[in-house]
Amino acid sequence: MKLPFTLRSFAHGVHPHDHKQGTEHLATEHMPFVSRYVLPLAQGGKPAVPVVGRGEGVRRGQRIAAADGFVSTDLHSPVDGQVLGFDRHRHPSGELVPCVELQADPFSAQEVSAHATVDPDGLDGDAFVAHVQRGGIVGLGGAAFPAHVKYKTPAGRVVEHFVLNGCECEPYLTCDHRTMVERAADVLRGARIVAGQLGAKDVHIGVEHNKPDAVAALRANVRPGEAITITPLQVKYPQGAEKMLIEALFGVEVPAGKLPLDVGCVVNNVGTMVALADWFDRGVPLIERVVTVSGPGVRRPANVRVPLGTSVRELLAHCGGTLPETCEMVMGGPMMGSALASIDVPVLKGTSGVLAFTAAETARGSEYGCLKCGRCLDACANFLNPSVLARLARAGEMKTLEANFVMDCMECGACSFACPSNIPIVQLIRVAKSAIRDERRKEAGKS
Amino acid sequence: MTGRGHRLDLQAAPFLHTTLSTPRLMVEVILCTLPVLAAATWFFGVVALLVVAAATAGAVFAEWALATRAPRGNTLRDGSGVLTGLLVGLTLPPAIPLWMAALGGFVAIALGKQLFGGLGQNLFNPALVGRAFLQAAFPGALTTWGAPRGFLDVPASTFALPFLHGGLDGMSTATPLALHKFEHTTTGLWALFSGDVAGSLGETSALVLLLVGLWLGLRRAFDWRIPVAILVATALLGGALHLLDPVRNPGPLFLLTSGGLLFGAVFMATDPVSSPTTPRGALAFGAGIGALVVVIRDYGGLPEGVMYAILLMNAATPLLERVSQPRPFGRRRAA
Repeated sequence: MKLPFTLRSFAHGVHPHDHKQGTEHLATEHMPFVSRYVLPLAQGGKPAVPVVGRGEGVRRGQRIAAADGFVSTDLHSPVDGQVLGFDRHRHPSGELVPCVELQADPFSAQEVSAHATVDPDGLDGDAFVAHVQRGGIVGLGGAAFPAHVKYKTPAGRVVEHFVLNGCECEPYLTCDHRTMVERAADVLRGARIVAGQLGAKDVHIGVEHNKPDAVAALRANVRPGEAITITPLQVKYPQGAEKMLIEALFGVEVPAGKLPLDVGCVVNNVGTMVALADWFDRGVPLIERVVTVSGPGVRRPANVRVPLGTSVRELLAHCGGTLPETCEMVMGGPMMGSALASIDVPVLKGTSGVLAFTAAETARGSEYGCLKCGRCLDACANFLNPSVLARLARAGEMKTLEANFVMDCMECGACSFACPSNIPIVQLIRVAKSAIRDERRKEAGKS
Repeated sequence: MTGRGHRLDLQAAPFLHTTLSTPRLMVEVILCTLPVLAAATWFFGVVALLVVAAATAGAVFAEWALATRAPRGNTLRDGSGVLTGLLVGLTLPPAIPLWMAALGGFVAIALGKQLFGGLGQNLFNPALVGRAFLQAAFPGALTTWGAPRGFLDVPASTFALPFLHGGLDGMSTATPLALHKFEHTTTGLWALFSGDVAGSLGETSALVLLLVGLWLGLRRAFDWRIPVAILVATALLGGALHLLDPVRNPGPLFLLTSGGLLFGAVFMATDPVSSPTTPRGALAFGAGIGALVVVIRDYGGLPEGVMYAILLMNAATPLLERVSQPRPFGRRRAA
């Protein structure tokens, strides 16, 4: 057993308390079926186009919307039931977006009507990519980027390492942890499928060392002589950012503005591998995902396998409801997730967590002047100077912000976490970045 | 949530925050001035407490009187005013009239901090601005190192009325640096190390300052690079000059343990507001202070140079920061 500080990691970052004790040892449970499901058509890339009509009956697992273009994925029904309509509904972001609304059949046993299983070894590159797209599979780490897009490598590019992200560096979240413990064989099955297709020499799985049971479970499923390495990493945020994970594993910096592929890596979340194994080996497309329901405001924290489109309200009710002191609901992790204005929003393909907080955790202390103490510099894994960026953002100095590489910021929030003066650094940067993007778009429109 | 009328906040991530806060940082440093104050009281008597209290009162008064009118609201809560006052007090000689100490504390906050826009905005270390003002206005009182005769003995000058010159009281002694410069006598290292020498209240005990500095560094209350760079630069440059002229230029150990060097390195140069934020900037800043101290002490007309060295490097801080910005992740030097 190595001492924690001798483990690999990236430079800089912060150490928030991980708050995983509440759910890390709880076996994943199944969310019971509810009566109504709402699935936004845009869940990873361009909105899908409905292929079923209003009033039509659908089977659990049946395709209900088809990918529109390459950076888009199919959408499947999570239940046996009937299509109620295609109206706009509230998205977790707060916007009203086009959705498929389904009424579950109360008399159905809700067995999956599986698609034909496919042997991935018999597929060539493009057929493989197309089949992943048909499975509706997106990155389950949170960003919900269509998985197949990463598998279409430009000609001449060599993939050396296929990297799996099992860091789960966001506090409270344990869905990936449970997935690695309970479905280690499927994680590795997915890894073998993708690594084989990409022609990667080896597979590296980075797991923060606060999940020793996940490391053990994965290692137990590696066959002798196989080029699959499970590397325990220090516990540090934001290690789950793919560029940080690559730095932690290989000591290589992905150049700014470039992709992991530029250093010979493709990175996926461990949960995505399970979705791939389900799709290829069992013919089950992405219609469910594991969501961690946690936080001090939840009465019965749990890891729940939830059919997509289930409302957050039903999910919370399944977990015993929330305490009256709850004042902040978060979808995703507490460092990069977003606040919910309403709990009448659906669970999405990218929903890793639903967290309920009380004022004790989230109340922001009053803001003090910047001491220039430098803690944000030590926090910034991108080696920017957040204190300067925040000051420039407040002053509206857009040109100087760009010269100070503000667009390199990945908005992980480590700076705001670390600031003793409670300056909303990343929030200021976020606003400035979107203003700069608007300006660029405007200028591109002019010319 | 399950009931009606439940209201949700809509903050922007991150939702969690470190437990460290600016007031807590200030309290930590304030607590670390207490051992120094205790040593000062041990060597100079209760008068040390009176002087520090007067300076602190002046600083807090300025904070209260000026900050409440500033647009950023009352900054008394962050504790930085108290800290500045304590630091001003600890840099003063024991026999200084109390009204001067109070005025020094007031000027430190008024000119050194609030004039620039409050906490975080100032270019120079406020406590040193206060002390520099006193040194310019009352050079006699600031260089008379009379030590009281007994623990409870308070010199008559302590209670001198404002702007009326009472004779400065107490045994007139010279600091180790002045003794070396003007009389070519070198004080023993043990006396310097323990602090049983003449000097400003908080600066004399190298032992206490080293322990406190070590503690603050381990607690990461300040950037360790600054004091380390100061000490290394002082020792290297001082040592080299000592080799050139061992009679005129004191040796490195004497340089490190005498005068305000350790106090300045631990409490003054490490003020985050007036020192560079960037790691490489901090190293250059500390090295600059060390070099300036040696040059002023070895070649200047004054025996001591720590205050001016730090203030000069404060002025260079914006430039140092500009040239020492970190290299962003994934960008080679040429990019």
